[in-house]
Amino acid sequence: MTAPVDISLTVNGEPVEARVLPRTHLADFLREELGLTGTHTGCEQGVCGACTVRLDGEIVRGCLVLAVQAQGASVETIEGLSDTGEIADLQAVFEERNALQCGFCTPGMLIAAQDLLAREPDPSRGAIREHLSGNYCRCTGYQAIVDAVETAAKRRREANP
Amino acid sequence: MSDETQPGLSVLDRPNSYIGRSVPRPNLARLVQGRGQYVSDMVLPRMGHVAFVRSPHAHARILDVDASAAKTAPGVIAVVTGAELAKVCTPWVGVLSHLKGLKSAPQHAIALDRACWQGEAVAAVVARTRAAAEDAAEKVEVAYEELEPVTDMATALDAATPVIHPELGDNLAFERSLDAGEVDRAFAEADAVVEASFGFGRHTGVTLEPRAMVADWNPGEARLTVYQGTQAPHMMQNIIAKHLGLAEAQVRVVCKDVGGSFGIKVHVYADEMATAALSKLLRRPVKYVADRLESFVTDIHARDHVVQGRIAVMKDGRIGAFAIDDLTGIGPYSMYPRTSAIEANQIVNLVGGPYTCRNYRARARVVFQNKNVMCQYRAVGHPIACSVTEGLVDLAAQAIGMDPVEIRRRNLIHDDAHPSDSASGLKFEALSHHASLDKLVAMMGYDGLRTEQAAMRQKGVHRGIGFASFIEVTNPSAAFYGVGGARISSQDGATVRLDATGTVVCQTSVTEQGQGTEAIIAQVVATAFGVPLERVRVILGDTDVTPYGGGTWASRAAGIGGEAALQAGKALRQNVVAVAGAILQAAPQSLDIRAGAIVDADTGRERMPLEELARIAYFRPDTLPAGVSPEFVATRHFVPKKYPFAFTNGIQASYLEVDVETGFIRLLRHWVVEDCGTIINPQLVDEQIRGGVVQGLGPALFEHCLYDERGQLLNGSMMDYLVPMAPEMPDIEVGHVVSPTAESELGAKGAGEAGTAGAAAAVMNAVNDALAPLGARITDIPITPERVLRALGKVS
Repeated sequence: MTAPVDISLTVNGEPVEARVLPRTHLADFLREELGLTGTHTGCEQGVCGACTVRLDGEIVRGCLVLAVQAQGASVETIEGLSDTGEIADLQAVFEERNALQCGFCTPGMLIAAQDLLAREPDPSRGAIREHLSGNYCRCTGYQAIVDAVETAAKRRREANP
Repeated sequence: MSDETQPGLSVLDRPNSYIGRSVPRPNLARLVQGRGQYVSDMVLPRMGHVAFVRSPHAHARILDVDASAAKTAPGVIAVVTGAELAKVCTPWVGVLSHLKGLKSAPQHAIALDRACWQGEAVAAVVARTRAAAEDAAEKVEVAYEELEPVTDMATALDAATPVIHPELGDNLAFERSLDAGEVDRAFAEADAVVEASFGFGRHTGVTLEPRAMVADWNPGEARLTVYQGTQAPHMMQNIIAKHLGLAEAQVRVVCKDVGGSFGIKVHVYADEMATAALSKLLRRPVKYVADRLESFVTDIHARDHVVQGRIAVMKDGRIGAFAIDDLTGIGPYSMYPRTSAIEANQIVNLVGGPYTCRNYRARARVVFQNKNVMCQYRAVGHPIACSVTEGLVDLAAQAIGMDPVEIRRRNLIHDDAHPSDSASGLKFEALSHHASLDKLVAMMGYDGLRTEQAAMRQKGVHRGIGFASFIEVTNPSAAFYGVGGARISSQDGATVRLDATGTVVCQTSVTEQGQGTEAIIAQVVATAFGVPLERVRVILGDTDVTPYGGGTWASRAAGIGGEAALQAGKALRQNVVAVAGAILQAAPQSLDIRAGAIVDADTGRERMPLEELARIAYFRPDTLPAGVSPEFVATRHFVPKKYPFAFTNGIQASYLEVDVETGFIRLLRHWVVEDCGTIINPQLVDEQIRGGVVQGLGPALFEHCLYDERGQLLNGSMMDYLVPMAPEMPDIEVGHVVSPTAESELGAKGAGEAGTAGAAAAVMNAVNDALAPLGARITDIPITPERVLRALGKVS
């Protein structure tokens, strides 16, 4: 099980064909093979959440999924979610509220926050904190992130009453 | 130039001033889109990746390194031992001459014949991928002879304990004593004397992006370009050049986006020096990114102090004396070049700092151990000095039956007493302890909280309120490092340039790791020169491009870098207005630049857009009057001279609940009032405070690098080492008092470390306030559930 394996998948809407080592995890594949460096690796053991991406619509840790497991799947990264404009409002409020400092956790944080807002249009601050409980941020102390997600939710509700 | 000439108005009050406005940071858009560029993202042609073989033992002789199997492993470019690398990289000794008696041993980029902590590199493997390098590293056979490790700092100085570096004579790296006033008399005359032992666990930074470097030696240019996540590019340039035998001009350090720093990335690490040396040795780019497990055993650890504290108090609340004895363990080497004695030195300086008490005795001893290196991390020394001071003050209040707010009111240095100094000799230009205390008490609704606390106690719910007054070192002059012989600049520079379309570029020597440096420099330049913020672009973090300077550490970027940018912006405005005056046939003094246009200073009437002026200056200089030579670049530098440090002050309060059955602590609310002088961007200051508080709450409750008696780190992964996550953290309310420093026209002091300085002290005091009716007291952090239950006698 160490020989390279051919995989085909969709990444941010584009078809991708690649030959990968079975041990290569999805985050490394995205970063090193496809140059999608917006997916960050902070611990590579599934704790910090910096490598959060969407796999067939569900958020996963890119470091806990092997690239070969993404065979036939649709993967979305921060670059894709940015280019489609899906999270433009969330990104804007993160900027306004300074909900990031160094920015290293931010792609994962945004994807996790979008996942929450897709399920729960009116989350409490406690629910936001719980949903982001797997995303480590050393800089902000989290309050600005909670504020930003709360504001984004409110704006979406006002835009789509 | 009307703004500075009108009485009562300063450059900060200029029309369209951005000073005091919460504008968003210009560099955030790329970061929220995943379009930042961190060193860990970088790829260069022919780049090799290094993985290090690291000692599994805390102390061991290296008998043999057999690299034969590794050298033939797939993808391997080279396997390099300490002795081989020592031919291109000289060792260093982490001492400073102003820390009298500080000693350390030479440290090599890769250990030569002895490993002195678990995790010290003993060989390097460079391969075409990091995975291949790690695979081959497993094939390097190292024969060790285990040596007795020195792990307990309490016995490090005992005669029976082995000396880690025999040539130093003992395990004492540094000792400092101080005796001010009449300490013995104060204790003899006191109505009450209270003492306690305070413990501060080792913890570490856990920057989300680990340390990373790409070093690129180009033999064709005889130049080394080092891409590094660092806080101090010019310091690194100097040190890399020095130890690789290069001229400084042969080394360029480039710092792009940095994934968190907090003092972790301001030091010289052996594995990073090895990476630079490997690039020179192998004549190709070499990349090193620490993985998380390496980070835990190589990123500097912080704190690790035990402090015996004693306080004398009179019945009227007057504090008679403070006495402390600090012992700290720093690992086997003093870090380079800032040394590992600064924290203990700061503790001696800072204890008792907010108070009028003049009787103070202190001793600090810094000892070597076979554990990971320990050095300066956000708020250096402050959390310890603050926890000891504030813990003692609360114990004194308890002993005489006085409210903790009242005892502080009776002892804090009065706001009108400045300039003043402390018992340890610190000089204070302007502090606002009483205004801060009053504001905090009002913000938190103190009386109401006490009522609520009493009501909850009736129901068996144990809540506590804790306070922590603090002072914070910011804007350091050369007194910190320069006077001790380190080539770490205390001055910073800014170059401001008007381009041909009327936009402005500012190159600054201060750096950005997420604090918002780029934003505040842009705000200052836009204000001083007179253009909309979006017309200013800030360039930082490149020793080939920016003025020479110190970088961003010790809460200095806004106060020092900001003032340089302010003066550069003003100077450029004068240059530009002089040319405008020649074109418009007006006296330069009658003109100003506002919102990107030359205007009449009196009326604000627009005379000419900047882009038109720039067009003439750059493309039709032939039309300018004779003798007019536009100089659309200005550079200014700044360093504080009157005070060694611009001290700030503030106070924090914590409200929390202790579950006496499980020992768990729930943080309910946290308040901070601080005084950083002029506030350039209120939102950024508040977020520095909040982030800093949480960085202090982590070690108060969770963070601890646990070692066994053999010097093995037991919890060196993110699975096992607890950091604050969103659900456990409270909302933090931040207030301000503003006492600008008169050292600069900007008046800004630092804010980056204030939150971390006092957070743990406020929590510890709140826990003890909650537990006091139960007769329990905890003075060791982290305050884990186990420690709570032990204090309550529920587990033994």
